[in-house]
Amino acid sequence: MTTTSPVLESHKKLERNVTLLGLFAFLAVTVGGIVEIAPLFWIDNTIEKVKGMRPYTPLEQAGRDIYIREGCYVCHSQMIRPFRDEVERYGHYSLAAESMYDHPFQWGSKRTGPDLARVGGRYSDEWHVQHLTDPRSVVPESIMPPYAFLKEHDLDAGDMTAELTALYRVGVPYSKKDLEQANADLRSQADPEADNADLLKRYPKAQVRDFDGDPTRLTEMDAVIAYLQVLGTMVDVNSAAAQEDLAKEKGR
Amino acid sequence: MVSVLGRAGWWLAALFLAVIASAATSETGFAIHMIIVALAAFIGLWVSLSRTDYAAIARGVLRTPDPGKYDDDPVRWGMIATVFWGMAGFLAGLFIALQLAFPVLNLGFEWTTFGRLRPLHTSAVIFAFGGNALIATSFYVVQRTCRARLAFPGLARFVFWGYQLFIVLAATGYLLGITQGKEYAEPEWYVDLWLTVVWVAYLAVFVGTIVKRAEPHIYVANWFYLSFILTVAMLHIVNNLNLPVSLLGSKSYPVFSGVQGALVQWWYGHNAVGFFLTAGFLAMMYYFVPKQAERPIYSYRLSIIHFWALIFLYIWAGPHHLHYTALPDWAQTLGMVFSVMLWMPSWGGMINGLMTLNGAWDKVRTDPIIRMMVMAVAFYGMSTFEGPMMSIKSVNSLSHYTDWTIGHVHSGALGWNGMITFAAIYYLVPRLWNRERLYSLRMVNWHFWLATVGIVFYAASMWVAGITQGLMWREYGADGYLVNSFAETVAALHPMFLLRALGGLLYLAGAVVMTANVWLTIVGKLREEAPMRQPAYDPDKDHPLVSVPAE
Repeated sequence: MTTTSPVLESHKKLERNVTLLGLFAFLAVTVGGIVEIAPLFWIDNTIEKVKGMRPYTPLEQAGRDIYIREGCYVCHSQMIRPFRDEVERYGHYSLAAESMYDHPFQWGSKRTGPDLARVGGRYSDEWHVQHLTDPRSVVPESIMPPYAFLKEHDLDAGDMTAELTALYRVGVPYSKKDLEQANADLRSQADPEADNADLLKRYPKAQVRDFDGDPTRLTEMDAVIAYLQVLGTMVDVNSAAAQEDLAKEKGR
Repeated sequence: MVSVLGRAGWWLAALFLAVIASAATSETGFAIHMIIVALAAFIGLWVSLSRTDYAAIARGVLRTPDPGKYDDDPVRWGMIATVFWGMAGFLAGLFIALQLAFPVLNLGFEWTTFGRLRPLHTSAVIFAFGGNALIATSFYVVQRTCRARLAFPGLARFVFWGYQLFIVLAATGYLLGITQGKEYAEPEWYVDLWLTVVWVAYLAVFVGTIVKRAEPHIYVANWFYLSFILTVAMLHIVNNLNLPVSLLGSKSYPVFSGVQGALVQWWYGHNAVGFFLTAGFLAMMYYFVPKQAERPIYSYRLSIIHFWALIFLYIWAGPHHLHYTALPDWAQTLGMVFSVMLWMPSWGGMINGLMTLNGAWDKVRTDPIIRMMVMAVAFYGMSTFEGPMMSIKSVNSLSHYTDWTIGHVHSGALGWNGMITFAAIYYLVPRLWNRERLYSLRMVNWHFWLATVGIVFYAASMWVAGITQGLMWREYGADGYLVNSFAETVAALHPMFLLRALGGLLYLAGAVVMTANVWLTIVGKLREEAPMRQPAYDPDKDHPLVSVPAE
């Protein structure tokens, strides 16, 4: 003779009513997400207040689209953890602020290759061209696929105004002029002959030059290298002011 | 007649829209996708017009299916699809494993790089192989445990074929470079919308069948299937809230960015494991293990406790994918604590599955299908211990970003999901095609050993690779400098990558044996071999309860 608890008895109600069962199951699975995710949108210190963050230029954004298209994130993270070895190997640990305009984030989950969060400025454009074209010609141990086709493909980024407008609508603070000028900005950033004074005013510290070694063409290689060279360079994390601000961060 | 016209009208409208979209877009990949959609709509149109019995409609008689038999057509198709996509996914896995050992296999084409093929592999095994197994077995199990035919048979067929279209669009998209760049949620906005439609139809068929059940109680397997379908719907919709750049292009941008986007993604990603690969497959365990062992479930009480604990706790575990990142500490710690707690309900499920064999342990020796189930549940137990351990922050600081994670995922996927699915396939195929038994039980035995040895090679090599990698990254010399360059850590892993590929090859070889066995069983051949044990099956009892009016 087994005795059943009242809880088990009342559970029989759920077992006989699919609406109740579904409702309770749904309630059970919503709690965790609400408690963990929702506060990230209103707790102030979730994203540090640092100087220097700006939206990507159209060329950098086009490069980022290619980075995503080729699935670079399956082997490269963009998230340096606050450990001595990582900080020494890759640079200052990553800040939440540094990916605040990244739709989607590209923190990654696996390092088959090294972290790229601060790869910007660490190698020359020529090195990147050669490495992407034939990785083993510069790093013999590398197991990275070759991306020689990037240099063959002319950059066909579509209508950059439409693309930046979509990003603006999901929260990236592009100005009206940024949106209007998007297609012109895309070309002029990689054109050493162009007058980029206005672009540089709207996108401070943007790197303006031909990236792929062929100034006559705007290729996918130009865009990818423009993106790689800006990674981690927007916030000057090592400046005294930034270090002081970060020291004040509490409760993270 | 009106319904035939209505259905044909929908297909025609879809066909027109797809043709217009493929002509109007400036993007090659999107145009190819719209042509695939147009082809699918054309086939739908053709089937709905040509398969209709117009004479019967004219006479006013509607052809009704035999209410004394279960509706098993979608289950049969699902079995074939499961085996087919399984082979495709394992083959893709072996190929990308070899790419990591021999990068020349990237072949120099943009369509064959590791970056594009890896999502193809993960989606093929999780969503195509696993998804088809879940849909097919849920349609089989819900009918038997409710003793009722599937509700909405037309919709059930739509679910099957609609899901295959989703798979084809996702897979071709990866090769063409159409991805939104979120792991395990790579398909773009229009493919996501399509999957949402298919999934709601799936929910309707499943719940509809439970509603018309002839049994008073809803069997425990159906709780798990129901929570899996509901939760996956919630995760899929929230994680894929995207804004398309244009309605005539594939590109879209997620609404969430940075740290919020990361947590939404891993809330989704971890619960794709928790609900797609765990709750749904536990449902399979709760039906097929007792059936094959001919024993009742060990503990009803345990199944209640571990069901509610499992679905409640799983949702919290996502942040353990983001330890030591820019995610706030409080969220990381919360995720870690819940991940460790999750160990208990996970083992509750394992215990309930294993102890069901109480009094029937001899069958592990005599019945290779039972042996497969036991191995599956044992791997479930092992990886649900390893998971909580890796979610502890200090362990994670070593294991994260390394191949240890890859090994962990595969001991769960190959050991638990793969093995329980193979066992279910071996259980179902003779019954679905009315065969006396499988073509060969001894081939099941071969499959078991090939798969098991394959997993051992895979998991062991990835443990060694992961720990090697983690230790080499953080190794300091007496001079106070880092010892290893990154390239040196890559070179050190080469032998482990070879062993991993060998493990994958063995696992694939086992699946080839299964494919032959299933094929020959369906064809109706029986291999003459010394018999191994078969559980009793009475086809006369395998039908829904139909009420008979009193005399």
